[in-house]
Amino acid sequence: MTQPKVLILRTAGTNCDAETNRAFQLAGAGTALVHIQNLISGKVNLSDYQILAIPGGFSYGDDIAAGILLAIEMRHKLTSALNQFVADGKLILGICNGFQVLVRTGLLPGSNTSEMTQRATLAMNTSAKFECRWVDLETQESPCVFTKGIKAHVYLPVAHAEGRFTAPEDVLSEVETNNQIVFRYAESRYPDNPNGSDGNIAGICDTTGRIFGLMPHPERFLTKWNHPRWTRLSETQDSVSEEGDGLVIFKNAVSYVKANL
Amino acid sequence: MSNKVNEFEILNADDAELMRISREGTLSLNLDEMKAIQTHFGTLGRNPTDVEIETIAQTWSEHCVHKTFKSIILYSEGEEEPEQIDGLFPTYIQQATEEIAKPWCVSVFSDNAGIIEFDETFNLVFKVETHNHPSAIEPYGGAGTGIGGVIRDSLGTGLGAKPILNTDVFCFGMPDTPYAQLPKGTLHPKRVFKGVVAGVRDYGNRMGIPTANGAILFDTRYTANPLVFCGNVGLIPRNRCDKSVEPGDLVVAIGGQTGRDGIHGATFSSAELDDTSENLGSVVQIGNPIMEKKIVDALLQARDHNLYRSITDCGAGGFSSAVGEMGEHVGAEVHLERVSLKYEGLAPWEIWLSEAQERMVIAVPPENIDELMEICEAEVVEATVLGTFTDTHRLQVFYEGAIVADLEMEFLHNGLPKPIKQAVWTPPQHPDMASRDKETQNYTEDLKQLLASPNIASKESVIRQYDHGVQGGVVINPLVGAKNDGPSDACVVTPVIGSRKGVIVANGINPKYSDVDPYLSAAAAIDEALRNIVAVGGTLEKTALLDNFCWGNPDKPDRLGELVRAAKACYDIATAYGTPFISGKDSLYNEYSDTTTGEQRAIPSTLLISAICVMPDIQRAVTMDVKTPGNFIYVVGNTYAELGGSHYFGIHGFIGNKAPAIRADEGKLTMERLSSAINTGLVRSCHDCSEGGIGVAAAEMAFAGGYGMSLNLNDIPTGDEITADDYLLFSESNSRFLVEIEPQHQRAYENHMSSVPIGYLGTVIDTSEFVIKGTAGHLIVETSIDVLKSAWQTPLHS
Repeated sequence: MTQPKVLILRTAGTNCDAETNRAFQLAGAGTALVHIQNLISGKVNLSDYQILAIPGGFSYGDDIAAGILLAIEMRHKLTSALNQFVADGKLILGICNGFQVLVRTGLLPGSNTSEMTQRATLAMNTSAKFECRWVDLETQESPCVFTKGIKAHVYLPVAHAEGRFTAPEDVLSEVETNNQIVFRYAESRYPDNPNGSDGNIAGICDTTGRIFGLMPHPERFLTKWNHPRWTRLSETQDSVSEEGDGLVIFKNAVSYVKANL
Repeated sequence: MSNKVNEFEILNADDAELMRISREGTLSLNLDEMKAIQTHFGTLGRNPTDVEIETIAQTWSEHCVHKTFKSIILYSEGEEEPEQIDGLFPTYIQQATEEIAKPWCVSVFSDNAGIIEFDETFNLVFKVETHNHPSAIEPYGGAGTGIGGVIRDSLGTGLGAKPILNTDVFCFGMPDTPYAQLPKGTLHPKRVFKGVVAGVRDYGNRMGIPTANGAILFDTRYTANPLVFCGNVGLIPRNRCDKSVEPGDLVVAIGGQTGRDGIHGATFSSAELDDTSENLGSVVQIGNPIMEKKIVDALLQARDHNLYRSITDCGAGGFSSAVGEMGEHVGAEVHLERVSLKYEGLAPWEIWLSEAQERMVIAVPPENIDELMEICEAEVVEATVLGTFTDTHRLQVFYEGAIVADLEMEFLHNGLPKPIKQAVWTPPQHPDMASRDKETQNYTEDLKQLLASPNIASKESVIRQYDHGVQGGVVINPLVGAKNDGPSDACVVTPVIGSRKGVIVANGINPKYSDVDPYLSAAAAIDEALRNIVAVGGTLEKTALLDNFCWGNPDKPDRLGELVRAAKACYDIATAYGTPFISGKDSLYNEYSDTTTGEQRAIPSTLLISAICVMPDIQRAVTMDVKTPGNFIYVVGNTYAELGGSHYFGIHGFIGNKAPAIRADEGKLTMERLSSAINTGLVRSCHDCSEGGIGVAAAEMAFAGGYGMSLNLNDIPTGDEITADDYLLFSESNSRFLVEIEPQHQRAYENHMSSVPIGYLGTVIDTSEFVIKGTAGHLIVETSIDVLKSAWQTPLHS
């Protein structure tokens, strides 16, 4: 097929769009930064794209709660376009605020019904404040197409105030049973688990593995020089690649589209 | 005349009446200025309207026109004949930049921020300013709008720069101040601290700008007058750095609506605070970062489509200042009823002067207005045509068809009387402190106490609340080392994704030395900012400076004398190092008076120097954490017995009289050779020696790297007779560094540095032990990096 096309969704308060754009470009995709107004007005059609990325930021200031206003807008103003996108087997990636949006639309963790209903949430960190730090992640067995072949241990930064994944017991066990957990924080104690997430959950996918949301920022680790300790890495002792841990997530998405869509 | 406009009866007013009008109207105009206005309107044969007098007061305010820095000063030291200085700014700051004449300076002092070259496609803009008075009254809102305002300075420079980095420096009262000792009407320093950090955090994070550099200082004298410095770096295409206004261009306001918030901000900031200032709530602005983000999104598109010719932000003085400045050389006509309001009921002068946030004014050629409106609509940003730039050389303001202000641009911008101010400087005498070598042979406790003192202690709990990774370009973080928690000297970012060209930003600030001599304080601030740049791999050759003076009341000759001393140092040291100033700002009248007791307090004279350096290849950057056991630690630069104003004297209750001197020739050579060694790859880690001297620097390097050190003081290079262990360990002499060298590079390093005083200090060891032998051969510090780190991390942990 031709070059996969990614729609990077923007709205008031989106602020990780440029680096998410860069990540997909490095992965070989064609990209477009599109304001949600242009999707609502029909100026741009979601169906022209194979990947929808919702970047980090503070959509609408995270007023009321993180991501909720954008989620409502998507749920009510883009209902059929989104349903069609999912039904066509296309990919959706939500990073940080994007993850919060996906959870609040109900696209994650997802349900058997076609209704978009919120079943989990990303609550205020147990530290009760915004925190920016790098965390160790453990990759889980999951159907997620974005993390295929990724390392068992991944190192990425988080930067959020509302990242504590939590849900009712039945939803948590469903997510667990379906192998929908993609990344867990390596340790449960603070600050290794930076927000107090249930089950140390850092990122989940839907049951198909095609919708993926995570709190850490893979687009902030595209090259070795993003690593907070790159000056300590020694060329002789550490296997240092110039590619950062995050890039493979974007590459996998592009490969999946090429192979399947 | 509109019935919503009042006249000020000044034509027949006597001096007392003129001053009453100024005081009661929060105009902050002095008698000479009021008289100049009276004379001007006397020739016109009418009284000014409120819109007119408010416009003049704002334009002439210290905050907007920086009259102290432009006025003639008669300066005397002791019995000597007074020296006449024709303006501190032209004589010392501007003059230094002109003499240094760096070809990479694109625009200095003329726009909202300074501009320097970056690469073939982009330039960098950099501005730091303060938001002190509002932050004293309402810390969260004051600090948030401080960062919001400086971001708009980048956006209002040239035709608009994309904000890429924030830097913040705060000065607060002591966090453990007993409530009973708080000056009347002031907030507790802890509350100010918390509010300011939250304000900067929420605004900067929401804007998606990394905050990767800063500092926090404490001194009791900042209790009533906290200082909040906010800085922003922007990236701008090289062909978007010039602006102009043509008659016929439309005056277009973009962004937030106008309300009563922030009225008199400019004039309020140009006066002292007192115990009733807390009642002035309306002078503080209200911030909305998402609105500002939308403006950035819309304006950068409009910029790239070439839709406007000029831009500036609505900061202090609101539309009055923005339109008045943009139209200075042509003229402007504005219709206030078109302004989009938050609510009804504002008088014309309030609309005109409001400092409601998140507003920009642009000059749009009429043929581009439709396309501009389309972009704003797509980004859901309000844009309003307020009027037209004219060729009348007058500022004409209308409200509902009636003219409410009609001012000559010439009088508005050049009618301000130039005062002659008196300044004196008398060196203070403080009790001196002798070495404590005779009393003790163990300085472990002193070292712990220094690491735990609030100025030196870890600021991690604050730094982590700022997003330093957004935009994906930060390559040296504010926290570095084995556990990402050591104090980096400076931050490095790559603003163009995919390029290895970097920008280094650092700060220098030493108000404690002002207690000895503000000249040395200013000189040390420059030296420190440059040391921080060099320590991560930058060079003097590519470094530019910003100055931010925060001072007491300059109408008092002793305060002004200190300002003169500091300005002289700026000239001397900047020219010696070859590092030009590209922009700056001053905030004066940082004083508090208790209206019942008459008690007066000023802040310590505080100069913040911010430095920006372009780094050709970020792969050459180094950090301050030690890397490998077995490596050697060297001291670079001479140590002198200079502990006046030092932290070591401070913890023992002394100020002293000999603050660190600047020996710029020595310092320049040291920094140039060290830069070269770092860029050659000979240096594994590097940390500057500043607060707490060699002792604190070594401890920080060790615990950041997670390895111990075994050191001795015998080979520290000294510039004068200095043998006392505590002086060697804690002197704060300028232009010094500690570096870590791998054994295989030792010879190459020593050869490379042969023209500079260097000395072997010890080695990195594979245990957590941290030991220092004194000159007599016995251990004077014997502890572990865990103990030291805990002392450093605990005080400001939460």
